[in-house]
Amino acid sequence: MLRRERIADVEAGRLEAVVIGTSAGGINALGVILPALPAETPFPVVVVVHMPPREASPIVSVFKSRCAIAISEPRDKEDVTGGVAWFAPPNYHLLVESDHTFALSIEAPVNHCRPSIDALFESAASAYGRHLVAVVLTGANEDGAEGVAAVREAGGIVIVQDPATAEMPLMPRAASARAQPDAMGTLQEIAAVLRAGAIARHR
Amino acid sequence: MMIGPDEDIEIRLLLDAIYHRFHYDFRSYSMASIRRRLAQARAQLGCETTSRLQERVLHDPQTFPRLLQFLTVQVSDLFRDPSFFAMLRTEIVPELRTYPSLKVWVAGCSTGEEVYSLAIAFREEGILDRTTFYATDINPDALRKAEAAVYPLERIPTFTENHRLSGAPTSLSEHYTAAYGSAVLDRSLRKQIVFSDHSLATDSVFAEVQLVTCRNVLIYFDKALQDRALGLMRDSLCRRGFLGLGTKETLRFSSHATAFRQPSLAEQWYQRC
Ligand SMILES: C[S@@+](CC[C@H](N)C(=O)[O-])C[C@H]1O[C@@H](n2cnc3c(N)ncnc32)[C@H](O)[C@@H]1O
Repeated sequence: MLRRERIADVEAGRLEAVVIGTSAGGINALGVILPALPAETPFPVVVVVHMPPREASPIVSVFKSRCAIAISEPRDKEDVTGGVAWFAPPNYHLLVESDHTFALSIEAPVNHCRPSIDALFESAASAYGRHLVAVVLTGANEDGAEGVAAVREAGGIVIVQDPATAEMPLMPRAASARAQPDAMGTLQEIAAVLRAGAIARHR
Repeated sequence: MMIGPDEDIEIRLLLDAIYHRFHYDFRSYSMASIRRRLAQARAQLGCETTSRLQERVLHDPQTFPRLLQFLTVQVSDLFRDPSFFAMLRTEIVPELRTYPSLKVWVAGCSTGEEVYSLAIAFREEGILDRTTFYATDINPDALRKAEAAVYPLERIPTFTENHRLSGAPTSLSEHYTAAYGSAVLDRSLRKQIVFSDHSLATDSVFAEVQLVTCRNVLIYFDKALQDRALGLMRDSLCRRGFLGLGTKETLRFSSHATAFRQPSLAEQWYQRC
């Protein structure tokens, strides 16, 4: 795995939130990452997976049975609490406010995507600054690339799935071209870093 | 996108300027959303910084009407979230039927889709003639479009599918006529609706109503402004009147939660105690 020194901060638990973006192949990829996180994970994990727009998303129930960490879909103004993997509801953009509450929006899709990874990452970058870890996994479009640039600019940490090992390389490739990742590796390697951060009680 | 504390200072100054000059109050809107809207406005209006945008808003009369289109989000559909309307038909209409005359307030009606959906459902349920709808918004362009009741034909397949999923007993095509690439909604629907300019941020209660719907409007407000807006809705609803919110909106985090109960399992519907 390619890694720079700030990954040690993540492994030592020095982070406040994780955001994850993925599209095609995302359900399988998250199936490796999320089950690695314990129920006591101290930070929130906020996830955008591109899905066909429907009223009710099946994702929450898919992951609930397979994960120790709680799985939920936020309501507007809900607190972004730790110990939960929060999934953006279909057909809404999901944003994080500076007071660490969720805000939803039905504004137009960004590059055909709603929810948009860029929108989540940009808002989380200003809410968490250098204490944010942004993760881009497999996907067949370039959503997330602007988002990681904003995360980087705000001093946050960027982790990207190695495009060579991704089911769909376009999304992680676009992200790593836009912001030099702090770590790039397989799903298992990324899962191990996040898990280490979740069990380190350094906070 | 440029972000950071300085950006937020400029945004607050701009929103203050807009309030003092135009009496539109965006100061308690969701900051995360406002930042996005203003980044788009700056790009489209060719202003490098928010301060430049502020200068233009104050000195060029053409700018504010354009900026308002960015600051308010105009996205809507006929029968958006069909289950909301299905619940209206099965759980809410039976009680509404017991009133000899009805008043309904649609707060933040945008370009009209939501109020026309209600009007169509009310017609299908046989209670349209006794109902007056008050449809309000702060965006004058949206209100004008809403009054025209003309929508591009390419939106009709989505509208039709949503309408069907809402448990409709009729076909949507009975409620519009197609002309020149557009669908024109039936005049008899329009007749029951009063459109007007009203802000949940600065105006007060204007009528007693049996039903309020306010969907995907509160998500753009911060908690304090949500409470103000929900207070207006609480005060305009009669006892046992109904409140319908957007699919992902909830009273759970509001100080007005205790003024309402939830009549059914559907999260978005509330009843005034
Ligand atoms: C996303 S649209 C909602 C459309 C429709 N209710 C729906 O759910 O399909 C939000 C609307 O809220 C309006 N709005 C924003 N601030 C408002 C305020 N202070 N008072 C009334 N309406 C407002 C906007 O102009 C816009 O038309």
